Amino acid sequence: MSNIETLVKNLVEKHGKTRNSLMPVLQGVVKEERYLSEDAMIIVAKELDLSAAEVYGTASFYTFLDTVPRGKNIVRICKTISCHMKGKDEIIEALENAMKIKVGETTHDNKFTLLTANCLGWCHKGPVMLVNDVVFPELTPEKALEVIQDYVKNSK
Amino acid sequence: MSEYLVNLKVNNIPVSVKEGTSILDAAKKLNFNIPTLCNHPDLSVAGNCRVCVVEVKGARLLAASCATPVSEGMEVSTNSEKVRTARKHVIELLLSEHNADCTKCFKNGNCELQDLASEYRVGDHVFIDLVKAKDKILDISSPSITKDDSKCIRCQRCVRTCEELQAVGALAVVKKGDHQRISTFLNKPLDEVVCTNCGQCINRCPTGSLTERTYLDEVWNAINDPSKHVVVQTAPAVRIGLGEDLGYDPGERVTGKMVAALRHIGFDSVLDTDFTADLTIMEEGTELLTRLKRALVDGEKVALPMMTSCSPGWIKFQEHMFPDLLDNLSTCKSPQQMFGALAKTYYARKKGIDPKNMVSVSIMPCTAKKFECVRPEMRDSGYQDVDYVLTTRELAMMVKQAGIDFMKLEDEKYDSIMGNSTGAAVIFGATGGVMEAALRTAYEIVTGREVPFTNLKIMPVRGFEGIKEAKIMIKGVKPEWGFLEGAELSVAIAHGLSNANELMKAVRTGKVNYHFIEVMGCPGGCLGGGGQPIPTSPDIRQKRADAIYSEDEGLPLRKSHENPEVAQIYKDFLGEPLGHKSHDLLHTHYKPRKRY
Repeated sequence: MSNIETLVKNLVEKHGKTRNSLMPVLQGVVKEERYLSEDAMIIVAKELDLSAAEVYGTASFYTFLDTVPRGKNIVRICKTISCHMKGKDEIIEALENAMKIKVGETTHDNKFTLLTANCLGWCHKGPVMLVNDVVFPELTPEKALEVIQDYVKNSK
Repeated sequence: MSEYLVNLKVNNIPVSVKEGTSILDAAKKLNFNIPTLCNHPDLSVAGNCRVCVVEVKGARLLAASCATPVSEGMEVSTNSEKVRTARKHVIELLLSEHNADCTKCFKNGNCELQDLASEYRVGDHVFIDLVKAKDKILDISSPSITKDDSKCIRCQRCVRTCEELQAVGALAVVKKGDHQRISTFLNKPLDEVVCTNCGQCINRCPTGSLTERTYLDEVWNAINDPSKHVVVQTAPAVRIGLGEDLGYDPGERVTGKMVAALRHIGFDSVLDTDFTADLTIMEEGTELLTRLKRALVDGEKVALPMMTSCSPGWIKFQEHMFPDLLDNLSTCKSPQQMFGALAKTYYARKKGIDPKNMVSVSIMPCTAKKFECVRPEMRDSGYQDVDYVLTTRELAMMVKQAGIDFMKLEDEKYDSIMGNSTGAAVIFGATGGVMEAALRTAYEIVTGREVPFTNLKIMPVRGFEGIKEAKIMIKGVKPEWGFLEGAELSVAIAHGLSNANELMKAVRTGKVNYHFIEVMGCPGGCLGGGGQPIPTSPDIRQKRADAIYSEDEGLPLRKSHENPEVAQIYKDFLGEPLGHKSHDLLHTHYKPRKRY
């Protein structure tokens, strides 16, 4: 059995073999794999007795359920109006320059993927970015780079 | 639904309907017509197109009548100024995202959205045209189905059809908001995914987004080529459906007129798939009896229950979903493909035609047949056995293009040979029909007597119940069939692939024990096929079924083994059922496919 197959089977065992388990199972796969591969979606469909198209349909609805490969750490910068007015463009520019990639891309070493996100609910403390599950508020370009460097240094 | 009655007023007229009834159905009871696009009698309620909005007194917003149940004392207006304005805007909004190139659309003249646009006299450029801004995908990968996103209004009838009626789930709603599309797994082309080509989605699409892949030009070109001999075969369910597209009400039998029309159009030989339906019974019946003998007498491990193989949508479904049960499928080709293999061998030889100059066309109630005829296994005559498949709808188009006044045609008869058939072949077009035909013949082969049912009507296998079961006690057998004496033959029938799915799950787990199973891919069997006239509804399917059974009762011969042309082909060409020649030309094999 492949790793992904074992992962899905364990998740299905944990959450139950019902249609309701689709979301937690997909989230579980993304947590481990960073994205939903073609194989992963086919296995989830088979284990939950759903059509693969339905699994893909659900995955493609949610921004946080990626269906393309992502780096080890996913950096999302809030792009909505409050953060925009607080200077999210400078944050993006600093990160793009430091990582040598554009928004939507992944670094060559597969460590980081840089994305934008819609409102993260931190309008009072913008601009914010999300690294995996952790929010970093009140950013400046320098602070943003420090956060990233911390991930590099500590091999997170 | 309870028996409790709810009283309401629709357009000031009182009406009482059962609790749980939708406003739409309550209004229908009073003959008030409310337009719908996403609603369909075969499918669950979606309530997403919003053209069926009505005004409910006291409610702040307009309600989607298909998705709102009635309540006591409700006062509904289906046609107020507010409703008409809103509805017109809804239609205009739908059109702002719809490629309304109607004159060049295959569905031109039979399109629900076009009808509404015409009814409401929509204005021009009321809303910003978004068609050009969308990333439209035209998928012509499938030999059966063409999918054009630019015409899709995202009503999701196709998604519900594929999932609810057919348990296939090839189509799903993908992404959200203005990026939302109806698509396949990872947007793969239709010919790479689980699509069975059944065409039920086409039958329900309210626009031209899903249509059959048409081969009208290819067929006209063949007819116009004097060096080609064009043979045409017609499936059982075409003769009871075609009339609907040519001015008749559902349920009209137009067999004779159809034959006449095909001659007018210019086909060189007008022949009948029903002939090979009869032949299928001989081959498949013998195959069943052989399997039973090997299991019961020789103690061999044989795949039972045996399952019918006439429906190419069902076959592809099984290849994707139940590859472990492929051995249970009868090895018999479908009647279309048996016909194709014989047309370019037996018929060509008898008539002195070089098969390389022959073009073989079939008229089918089916879109999956378009896929079936290009399967690489279907070239046993040395050529592609069937060259082009047209749907019932495409034939109606040909009749119109040929300038034929269909209703005024005199009835004509099929050419011979391969044009003669029995009532047993006609009922192939209805769910349970292959089973009934097989039982009529197998029972008589084994016992020497007719099946013990009044007027040969095996009622337990008829009707639209999703999964039917029947048991037939076999008594007083001929000496050579001694091993069947006192046996009870247990059979099951499913139509529509979601019913087939349930039945196959039960077979796989060993919960049920049958000898023989008939499955038809489409609801109601071929009469409700994806290539039949649009619309198809439960009511229309019933009328077509009634027509099929009357056609059967009206025929002089009603048992496949009594077809004189069948006897002749075994004598002159095939030898015996399951013989060498049959094996080469009439039988096939299946292959497992991926499930996504």
